[in-house]
Amino acid sequence: MKIMHCPLNGPRNISEFVSGGEVTQMPEPSDTDDQAWADYVWMHNNTDGIVTEWWCHVPSSYWFLVERNTVTDEILRTYPARERYRERKSFEAGPEEKK
Amino acid sequence: MPFGLIKYGLSKRYPARRDIPPNKELKNSYDVVVIGAGGHGASIAYHLARYQGITNVAVLDKGYVGGGNTGRNTAVIRSNYITPDSVNFYKESVDLYKQLSNELGYNMLYSQRGQLTLAHSDASMRTFRLRAEVNKHCGVRSEMVDRDQIREIVPCLNLDQYARFPIIGGLWHLDGGTARHDSVAWGYAMRASQLGVEFHQGTEVTGIQKSNGRVTAIDTNRGTVHCKDAVQAVAGMSSVVARMAGIRLPIRTFPLQAMVTQPLKRFVDPLVSSAALHCYISQTARGEVVIGGGSDPYDLYSTRSTLELKEGLIAHTLELFPFMSEVKLLRQWAGMTDMTPDYSPIMGESPLQNYWLDAGWGTWGFKATPVAGKRMAEAIATGRMPEQIKPFGLARFETYQLSNEAGATAASH
Repeated sequence: MKIMHCPLNGPRNISEFVSGGEVTQMPEPSDTDDQAWADYVWMHNNTDGIVTEWWCHVPSSYWFLVERNTVTDEILRTYPARERYRERKSFEAGPEEKK
Repeated sequence: MPFGLIKYGLSKRYPARRDIPPNKELKNSYDVVVIGAGGHGASIAYHLARYQGITNVAVLDKGYVGGGNTGRNTAVIRSNYITPDSVNFYKESVDLYKQLSNELGYNMLYSQRGQLTLAHSDASMRTFRLRAEVNKHCGVRSEMVDRDQIREIVPCLNLDQYARFPIIGGLWHLDGGTARHDSVAWGYAMRASQLGVEFHQGTEVTGIQKSNGRVTAIDTNRGTVHCKDAVQAVAGMSSVVARMAGIRLPIRTFPLQAMVTQPLKRFVDPLVSSAALHCYISQTARGEVVIGGGSDPYDLYSTRSTLELKEGLIAHTLELFPFMSEVKLLRQWAGMTDMTPDYSPIMGESPLQNYWLDAGWGTWGFKATPVAGKRMAEAIATGRMPEQIKPFGLARFETYQLSNEAGATAASH
């Protein structure tokens, strides 16, 4: 069984995890045109190489980040999301909704 | 006897037949360059040459003809989908398969023996009812069957009421069948070559040159070729090749694993699949049992097998056919699948004017080989998308008009 190192729970069987897909940056909905939004919703880089992805350890419901090689199936690094996201994201209404 | 064979083999009077001529020098330009010499690429080239009168065609492949996912699929041919668009599309493909051996003069070992999909839940039964009615409406032979009928169709199936997932009914698809996948690629490639199409094996595409929203040339490891039109038919690597042309696709690549057992006396005639158990089986002409399953759990560009998925697949197969527990496996492998969000292909126009896509073939590419070639050739020759493939264009994502086939895969992924 392949082993993944969970930043919270240590080394566990990979069957305990689910992949949440590549880390992407959501564009600001209020100033994004339809085409760019559809691109964000549907399109994937589907990189053949090293990617940064969201993964979840299902039994503990813990989401974290993984650097993985999609060709060699190697897990290069796993780390908690706070290393990448240091600030709280504000979800206040955008300028369009405020009007 | 062995000496007789050697004499026959070495005799100049019986030269070996070379179906696909060896690589020539790459020409400077072609009317159409097809990237990928799998079943789809060969089928596109054949239909261009035979029916559209375009014979100045080069088919490039970094490997050899039919060496990719064409030779890795489990050769299921069926048309029992759920949306009328898909049902009509795959129905045309089944009709083309029926006469393909005759058309190409090459034996595809096509055998239409029916496909049985099993339901283990009320939810599956509801979807099957819908599929059966949509299929009948489109002229495809599908019907609901109960446990007694299932026992008649596949007598050795485990119909124990107290099984982990008891079988409560099924969708019986008389048009389902199978064919030899290698022969499909070879047959198309052979006849296309005879019509003047050049197959360039061992020719890897390394870049795609564009100007003013048009593709002008394709760079390969054997030099650059110019083209009027180019089409990519490289399922599994679609995103990688499309990226060379600057196109992003809604595709994620997952491995799909399969395996084959030692040959057994014939015990099952139709193809049997169970979406709930993520497995499907069929018995080949040689008696080997082909077993296929659901996709791997995460994105990977790999054709390696994993023990845990194989174990799960075997456990589920034994749930359906417990007597197979003593049977030995002969071969096991994996292919790469282009998974799209709606389980439908991505065909036809791309954002570039003369670049065509034949991608997103997930786990449903083999059964569409003839029709995809026919309709793609039509699109390239006329510059317009035929009605039959319009619902599968890349533009559907921009308008959110997806063609949802999630309920109609043989094994849910």
